[in-house]
Amino acid sequence: MNQVNNLEQAPVFQLKGSMLALTILELTTIDLEHLDIQLADKVEQAPQFFQDAPIILAIDKCAENDNPLDLQRLLSICRKHGMLPLALRAVSPEHIQAAKALDLAVIPPTGARERPVALHPKDTVVPPPAAEPSYIPAKIITHPIRSGQQIYAKGTDLIVMAAVSAGAELLADGHIHVYGPLRGRALAGINGNTEARIFCQYMGAEMLSIAGHYKVAEDLRRDPLWGKATQICLVKEQLELSAL
Amino acid sequence: MSKILVVTSGKGGVGKTTTSAAIGTGLALRGHRTVIVDFDVGLRNLDLIMGCERRVVYDFVNVINGDATLNQALIKDKRLENLYILAASQTRDKDALTQEGVEKVLTELAEQFEYVICDSPAGIEKGAHLAMYLADAAIVVTNPEVSSVRDSDRMLGLLSSKSKRAEEGREPITEHLLLTRYSPERVERGEMLSVEDVEEILSIQMIGVIPESQAVLKASNQGVPVILDEDSDAGQAYSDAVERLLGKDVPHRFLDVPKKGFLKRMFGGKE
Repeated sequence: MNQVNNLEQAPVFQLKGSMLALTILELTTIDLEHLDIQLADKVEQAPQFFQDAPIILAIDKCAENDNPLDLQRLLSICRKHGMLPLALRAVSPEHIQAAKALDLAVIPPTGARERPVALHPKDTVVPPPAAEPSYIPAKIITHPIRSGQQIYAKGTDLIVMAAVSAGAELLADGHIHVYGPLRGRALAGINGNTEARIFCQYMGAEMLSIAGHYKVAEDLRRDPLWGKATQICLVKEQLELSAL
Repeated sequence: MSKILVVTSGKGGVGKTTTSAAIGTGLALRGHRTVIVDFDVGLRNLDLIMGCERRVVYDFVNVINGDATLNQALIKDKRLENLYILAASQTRDKDALTQEGVEKVLTELAEQFEYVICDSPAGIEKGAHLAMYLADAAIVVTNPEVSSVRDSDRMLGLLSSKSKRAEEGREPITEHLLLTRYSPERVERGEMLSVEDVEEILSIQMIGVIPESQAVLKASNQGVPVILDEDSDAGQAYSDAVERLLGKDVPHRFLDVPKKGFLKRMFGGKE
């Protein structure tokens, strides 16, 4: 019965992505005395706007040889004026450390375009060498794939050892191999890999697609390879079918 | 060891209830204690086909809601000692079935009976899902036409992914295919999918091929399961299917166009 309870229990949460419009308080220089005064001025102009307003503090635009930051004090200044700092946008390790010590979220600086060009060679960060693409084993399916079912081989090849019914859908970032009759849809290289191919023993597909270039059964049916062992690859943005 | 068997199809009107009645009766005829449960709440039909519509007092939903006990709701077949029917409610809809309720009733039935046959409603929604959720084996009823075959294919996919067995990672539901309303003449004329076509598309074992027969309509109007009409081809084909379900190896009959004798050719004559 426990199983039933687990199944019946409605999920108590869900995860959602969202874009929120937030105000960013971007400091040009770390000068808390003046910040306090200038903020007071600003808030006076529109007290409603700043009342309990969630904000992001940004200190990544401050010069590197700026005054040392008293983060605790910066936070209390913001709160005094009614703002609620949610996170700190920073680049320097000391600032990030300080934020972590105060349990304040740290967010990375915005897009590289906005970042000032580093003047000193020592500033240029050497990017870590690109990681070797690690080997992801192909996804192997041994049972028939029925109408309404969808199989996705993420980041790898898909190998199906059984029939793929009309109304079923195969998706792979890499190649697709089908050793039973292929009557459903097969979409290879769905992340834009134009080198991906589809191999099948019996081509009776509803649709074949490589990197978004597709052919539907209407066209495939007229091909002399219909019902035969076929290889499909992309040549000059055209699907090319050839006998296996 | 009792067995829960769901008769399902996806598509409506292909002969699920006729099959449930015939297979259930066939099992009881062979001495197995059997109950047939109508899951088609709101479109109750099984009682008509079994000829017990005048004796329905309590139904499946009453048992789930606790208005009646299981033994009060079970209807004993008048012809066979081992056969019982649990009717669906005609005044409610599928939402009246709950997963816990269905599980409780089926578990209780499985204690009393060797075979629990669940007659699934059409579609792939709640009613059909609950009918197949606890099944150990399934008979997928298909007509030899493309839309029915595709719906059955979809149903087979759901059986292998949405059942309790699948969710618990146990041995999957045993799948059987039953082809009904088969007409060898029309297959020969190329108007109908052949047994081989259907078997190839669905790639599962065929448990029986029931020929298109006048006997089926007659039987359901009289409230007598067609399997009891031993002279009819459909009745015999259902008997064979029951034998195969019980593990016997019986050759398929009625797959070819019957050869007409000289006299029949002269005088026509219908079977």
